[in-house]
Amino acid sequence: MTAWNKLTRAQIAELVARDIPDGAYVNLGIGMPTLIAQHLPADREIILHSENGILGMTNAPEGGPHDPDIINAGKEFMGLVPGASITEHVTSFAMMRGGHLDVTVLGAFQVSRLGDLANWDTGEPNSIPAVGGAMDLAAGAKQVFVMMEHVDRKGAPKIVTECTYPLTGARVVDRIYTDLAIIDVPGDGRLIVRAMVEGLTLPGLQKMTAAPLTGVDACQRIAA
Amino acid sequence: MLDKTVPSLAEAVSGVCDGATLMIGGFGGSGIPTDLIRALLDQGATNLTIVNNNAGNGPLGLSELIAAGRVRKVICSYARSANPKNPSSAVFAEWYRAGRIELECVPQGTMADRMHAAGAGLGPFFTPTSYGTPLAEGKETRVIDGVGYVLEHPLPGDFAFVKATQADRWGNLVYRYAQRNFGPVMCMAAKIAVAQVQEIVPLGALPPEHVMTPGIFVQRVVECRNPQ
Repeated sequence: MTAWNKLTRAQIAELVARDIPDGAYVNLGIGMPTLIAQHLPADREIILHSENGILGMTNAPEGGPHDPDIINAGKEFMGLVPGASITEHVTSFAMMRGGHLDVTVLGAFQVSRLGDLANWDTGEPNSIPAVGGAMDLAAGAKQVFVMMEHVDRKGAPKIVTECTYPLTGARVVDRIYTDLAIIDVPGDGRLIVRAMVEGLTLPGLQKMTAAPLTGVDACQRIAA
Repeated sequence: MLDKTVPSLAEAVSGVCDGATLMIGGFGGSGIPTDLIRALLDQGATNLTIVNNNAGNGPLGLSELIAAGRVRKVICSYARSANPKNPSSAVFAEWYRAGRIELECVPQGTMADRMHAAGAGLGPFFTPTSYGTPLAEGKETRVIDGVGYVLEHPLPGDFAFVKATQADRWGNLVYRYAQRNFGPVMCMAAKIAVAQVQEIVPLGALPPEHVMTPGIFVQRVVECRNPQ
């Protein structure tokens, strides 16, 4: 019996959404980060980018009609907000690589203490290499947030001293949101714990983390 | 008179040689010139190098070319099927695992800019994308002003197949929504760019400032009112 509960994916999404400022241009990676779109505060104008050239994306109208030419990176049907624009790939990736996006939120297999990100390939001999736009986002967004479970399905830590999976980008991650904590990655080797779920202690979190954590007095408590 | 329209899909794909590098537009199901690809099946060119964002998009089109043994190599950013329940590149996976097809995995933005470099008359360029990752292995790297870069080479094509909504006889193209994706850069990077379009309109009907691919980058246009 533990004294703490893990956050649900929706709760993590809500925490990330809360930290995205009004007027930000944001790319949400495939998988868990796409959930964030549903939790963006209604009083903020946050403009969502999709690598296939859409700036100003929203959910597809419920019940349709679905437009086959309005899709996101995960090939799901989407909608456009008033003020949206569409461009071609060179310009779309200039937005990503050229530091024009304020925030990207990506899923991850592993993040290292220096901010190395591994999220595109498990490195298994039978896996087909497929990177998509992940390396461009990691290299170029102003801020790279990672949203993931704190440990993998087997209970192994995903925050590590050095990634064992193939890297997506070296020293690119700025902050990690997990189902247990929010951790800043300043790039100097420290992992600064900004927030933890209620009932969890720093030593408790450290046991599930394979790189040394730094605590702060102002560490917030998150109700799960 | 400058008239780039051709009357049939067969004529649109004529001249694609064995061993050619063929760029195929499209992202997900949007902007895929499936009719041109299927016309190429009939045309017979083989030993092709295909440049496309994916390694197939369901059973039609590129998957058919691969299944027919006509593709030697695929250059793409994402060769896996994103949704295993509805695999987009099952044929590719089978051929790849059997060692019968080559894959060059390229970050999507690097792929776009390699084509841009080829089309814009630029040489190799340095990009921060993939620095420090396995995709930079074997490539020249350099640290400039504290940032690590990877040297990437232009990617030219012999042919490009793209899909657009409207064209005129000069080859000016307009695309619908996100159908545009790789279309403009592939037209620029290929010696012969072929566009299948929903509608060919009279010269002058497209507002000049709305043209998304200027006709100078397009060599053939074929109308396909009911695309597959």
